[in-house]
Amino acid sequence: MSNKVIHVLYNDDDILMDAVKQTRAAHHHIEEIYTPFPVHGLDKAMGLAPTRIAICSFLYGLVGLSIATAMLRYIMIVDWPQDIGGKPSFSFIQNMPAFVPVMFEMTVFFAAHLMVITFYMRSKLWPFKEAENPDVRTTDDHFLMEVSVHGDVDQIVSFFENTGAVEVKVIEKH
Amino acid sequence: MSSHYEAPIRKPLVIGDKNFHDVTVDVAAPVEGRANKQWWIVFSIALAAFLWGVGCVAYTVGTGIGTWGSNKTVGWAWDITNFVWWVGIGHAGTLISAVLLLFRQKWRMAINRSAEAMTIFSVIQAAMFPVFHMGRPWLAYWVMPVPNQFGSLWVNFNSPLLWDVFAISTYLSVSLVFWWTGLLPDFAMLRDRAVTPFTKRVYSIVSFGWSGRAKDWQRFEEVSLVLAGLATPLVLSVHTIVSFDFATSVIPGWHTTILPPYFVAGAIFSGFAMVNTLLIIMRKVSNLEAYITIQHIELMNIIIMITGSIVGTAYITELFIAWYSGVEYEQYAFLNRATGPYWWSYLLMMTCNVVSPQVMWSKKIRTSIMASFIISIVVNIGMWFERFVIIVTSLHRDYLPSSWTMFQPTFVDAGFFIGTIGFFFVLFLLYSRSFPVIAQAEVKSIMKSSSEKYKKLRDQEGHNNHSHSDNH
Repeated sequence: MSNKVIHVLYNDDDILMDAVKQTRAAHHHIEEIYTPFPVHGLDKAMGLAPTRIAICSFLYGLVGLSIATAMLRYIMIVDWPQDIGGKPSFSFIQNMPAFVPVMFEMTVFFAAHLMVITFYMRSKLWPFKEAENPDVRTTDDHFLMEVSVHGDVDQIVSFFENTGAVEVKVIEKH
Repeated sequence: MSSHYEAPIRKPLVIGDKNFHDVTVDVAAPVEGRANKQWWIVFSIALAAFLWGVGCVAYTVGTGIGTWGSNKTVGWAWDITNFVWWVGIGHAGTLISAVLLLFRQKWRMAINRSAEAMTIFSVIQAAMFPVFHMGRPWLAYWVMPVPNQFGSLWVNFNSPLLWDVFAISTYLSVSLVFWWTGLLPDFAMLRDRAVTPFTKRVYSIVSFGWSGRAKDWQRFEEVSLVLAGLATPLVLSVHTIVSFDFATSVIPGWHTTILPPYFVAGAIFSGFAMVNTLLIIMRKVSNLEAYITIQHIELMNIIIMITGSIVGTAYITELFIAWYSGVEYEQYAFLNRATGPYWWSYLLMMTCNVVSPQVMWSKKIRTSIMASFIISIVVNIGMWFERFVIIVTSLHRDYLPSSWTMFQPTFVDAGFFIGTIGFFFVLFLLYSRSFPVIAQAEVKSIMKSSSEKYKKLRDQEGHNNHSHSDNH
């Protein structure tokens, strides 16, 4: 089987959205779509699963809060329970109000940074990563839909030409 | 187009007959072009000021804090005034990118990138003061709770100065990743337009291989939203914690519970003023008047007016409570502010912060670029004096009349402050020539709903069909 894909280029997000719906209705498999800006509703139209990154962030926040609480309790109550300016250091709860700012900041710190790191890892983004958009115009004003080819190539090409595409290319993938 | 319905009452946010490609070209132009003579002149001045500041800091660290005007009574003066001032300025950036995102304010798109840059650069300036106002800054790492060879000697988590360390470092680092993540699609745009191998390489590295896949965008938007949700309480907490430096003390004039929200309001007030100052210049020199429109300036002025009114209310509340408290120390603290030896700084603060934002009620003034520019600078002078008044007038006369004194800054105090202003502009000027100063990917996403071109097209469509419910 040949590894042919079709690159269909559009220059308008509304035309792209209609094309995605037609493509899905015609049961062509959309491999990928590259867009210059977030097209709202595109993920739903393509049938992408929702991202769970917000759930990750919530869990990371809980980790941050736990670490902060454990650290503050150990340092201020367990290890050196000193009298600093008359502050009660007999138990965690007694001096808790003074710990709130750091507990809060560490919750946010963990939730934010670990989520961003998760995003970079899941989307495979790092400083020396090679860009993978097949056409440089997709970061400017073009929208590229990559569709896998099964069966008659000419028929599929003419199908996409009728979806308002500005360019349809058949690409041999290796 | 029908999916982009917007109320006809809304004015366009992108002026002119712009399509997606025009946005790319306009945003890339300042980066791809060469700096002109004025840029080099301003940059040289900023660099000279920065180097002068470096000299003053070196002199302070080498000789001692005694080179400053602070004394035994007034231990905090220009150092912490400038610290709070810079932190306050930094807050508007996060407000614009986070709070306005949560409220789905489309007008933020054209200004959030520069506002965030302003945040990063001003928090860097702010962070300099807590380090160099230390008597022994080389021991600054002792503020970290790091296991050590002193039996593991820890820090005291009861101190707001330690909370500051956590607040400022969290704030700077979270703002930085928020800003950078938002920059990836725009750096990718510059990378894909680059003509020289050098710029291609640089923008390839900084864009982290961004390819704009549908899944990447889905995650990108979720990450932006969650970061905005985290940055909003963060921005409120950071200036709250800064205000705790004063509010948790026992000094009359400092010990007030109104300080946290009042400092946050003041921070938004001065921060938006600084954004206005910078953007009024930037839209002109970078030819971005089609994106940063008079409507953007007007909306920022309205926020300045609102937060200025909150600050004014806080001033009156403080005065009322001082009188109402029956505490003669507190009553004297406010009497001293108004009629003591620093009356002129109190008057300046009141005039700049309470009177100047009220003129924005006039549409003629708030839609005038020249008036906005002048008021934005007046506000920042006023907000500098607010911090000076709170810090110095509360310290120089408090409980014991035998320790009453005055404060006189030295040239080193001034040099350090001038140095941070220079450093800020060095960073901002370099930024404006190498970064995409408008979040072009975001602006493109509102073109259909909010640009002049598409609004006109939609109007024609509506008239031809005589109906809005004809499709979908």
